[in-house]
Amino acid sequence: MGKILSVYGPLLLTAMGQTLLLALYGLFFACIIGMIVGIMSVLKNRACRIFALIFVNLIRGVPMIVLAYFIYFGIPYFWNTVLQIGGLTLSALQAGTICLALNCGAYMAEIIRAGIEAVDVGQMEAARSLGLPYWRSMHRVVLPQAIRTMIPSIINQFIITLKDTSILSVIGFPELVNTAKNVVSKTFMSFQTWAIVAFMYLVVILILQQAAKLIERRLKRGRRSL
Amino acid sequence: MDGEAYKKVKISVQHLKKNYGPLEVIRDVSVDVLEGEVVCIIGPSGSGKSTFLRCLNQLEERTSGTIWINGQNITSHTVNINMVRREIGMVFQHFNLFNNMNVLRNLMLAPVDLKIATKDDARQTALRMLERVGLSDKADAYPDQLSGGQKQRVAIARALCMKPQIMLFDEPTSALDPEMVGEVLQVMRELAADGMTMVVVTHEMRFAHEVADRVLFMDDGQFLEEGDPETIFGNPQNPRLQDFLKKVL
Ligand SMILES: Nc1ncnc2c1ncn2[C@@H]1O[C@H](COP(=O)(O)OP(=O)(O)OP(=O)(O)O)[C@@H](O)[C@H]1O
Ligand SMILES: [Mg+2]
Repeated sequence: MGKILSVYGPLLLTAMGQTLLLALYGLFFACIIGMIVGIMSVLKNRACRIFALIFVNLIRGVPMIVLAYFIYFGIPYFWNTVLQIGGLTLSALQAGTICLALNCGAYMAEIIRAGIEAVDVGQMEAARSLGLPYWRSMHRVVLPQAIRTMIPSIINQFIITLKDTSILSVIGFPELVNTAKNVVSKTFMSFQTWAIVAFMYLVVILILQQAAKLIERRLKRGRRSL
Repeated sequence: MDGEAYKKVKISVQHLKKNYGPLEVIRDVSVDVLEGEVVCIIGPSGSGKSTFLRCLNQLEERTSGTIWINGQNITSHTVNINMVRREIGMVFQHFNLFNNMNVLRNLMLAPVDLKIATKDDARQTALRMLERVGLSDKADAYPDQLSGGQKQRVAIARALCMKPQIMLFDEPTSALDPEMVGEVLQVMRELAADGMTMVVVTHEMRFAHEVADRVLFMDDGQFLEEGDPETIFGNPQNPRLQDFLKKVL
């Protein structure tokens, strides 16, 4: 254990950094996708709702590992070889980010939809009755209330997404699991290595969970602060 | 000639119909409301009172018919409904105060956001309206810190901050504890005395009797009887109305 830590510790820490980076990129775009698709799913417009429904169910119905292979290998192949347009290469980080963003975005969309639907329709009606347009009402009245109820689920989704980055080891991104595999293949100390890796995930996730609890408590106590 | 005839028609509803799928909720209703008039709508649950009221500011899209507000056909496609709604305040059964804002911001939101008033002007108007409903001390309170009666008075003040020409009330006291009904009705009474044009859906027969210029009895999506309160309550003609009054009085 000590040998692994002293020799490969810095490497594993760097890999953890890569994991966090990938998760952060993915989450950033997932938030954007989730917001857009989530709002689309509560609009009156049928085309928007159907698009959102298809997107969410499609992504949720495909295992992430398949999505990862599809984006990393499938799409460049299709673009370059089948369509013969050429020139498309995705780095593992790019493909990984897209994959996480799509996957997590679909779940975020569901969280956001549920959050908006949990706000009493009377809030929107009151805003509209004062002459506020739909989007102003959404922005000023409905979304601020929806977001408050969504935050625990969103943080939970962040944690899941952080764990999901490990799946992206299959496309060769040097995140924690991938790096650990290399360490094991060099040292053959799989028990120690995986124990360390597990511990590293655990620490980060525990920190996130504590943060979630803190935010939740603050939301309960002072709804004013948000 | 009768002086009443010169009064402006504020709301004119012609052959209004509203269906939910196959369900006919409003069946060919026509009615006019004059400037400064207080019209109370009474009737059994599910008869379409709320739906009718919500059609007046198009919170509910009508199926057919025409609605004029201040002489403007608001059911035409070219009309900007948001502009129309500025003229029509609405008070809901469940208050619908914005839970994410304190009282003052509830009152200031629409005037400031729609750039009808500067922040300072909106604040002054808001404070004046709060005073009018007797809640000057609650400007910084959040909705969940108010009693039902206080919430409803804030809701009225919020609507008044838009300086509407018409106020719609949908059972404003039905969700209140009995001891709080009076304070809300008092505010409405004063509003009526100030000459506000009001359409009030209510189960408060005493209020209707006392304040209304005209009472409409709605049943099954139609106004079956209308008249001044003395006649409606003292000498009802329609058997359905007689039946209804027997139950509620
Ligand atoms: N969104 C809707 N979809 C389908 N039916 C509806 C909808 N809203 C109202 N209805 C129906 O329309 C009818 C009239 O409803 P409305 O709320 O206008 O009655 P009301 O007179 O206000 O009753 P109450 O005194 O209980 O408030 C009812 O039968 C109701 O079930
Ligand atoms: Mg009703």
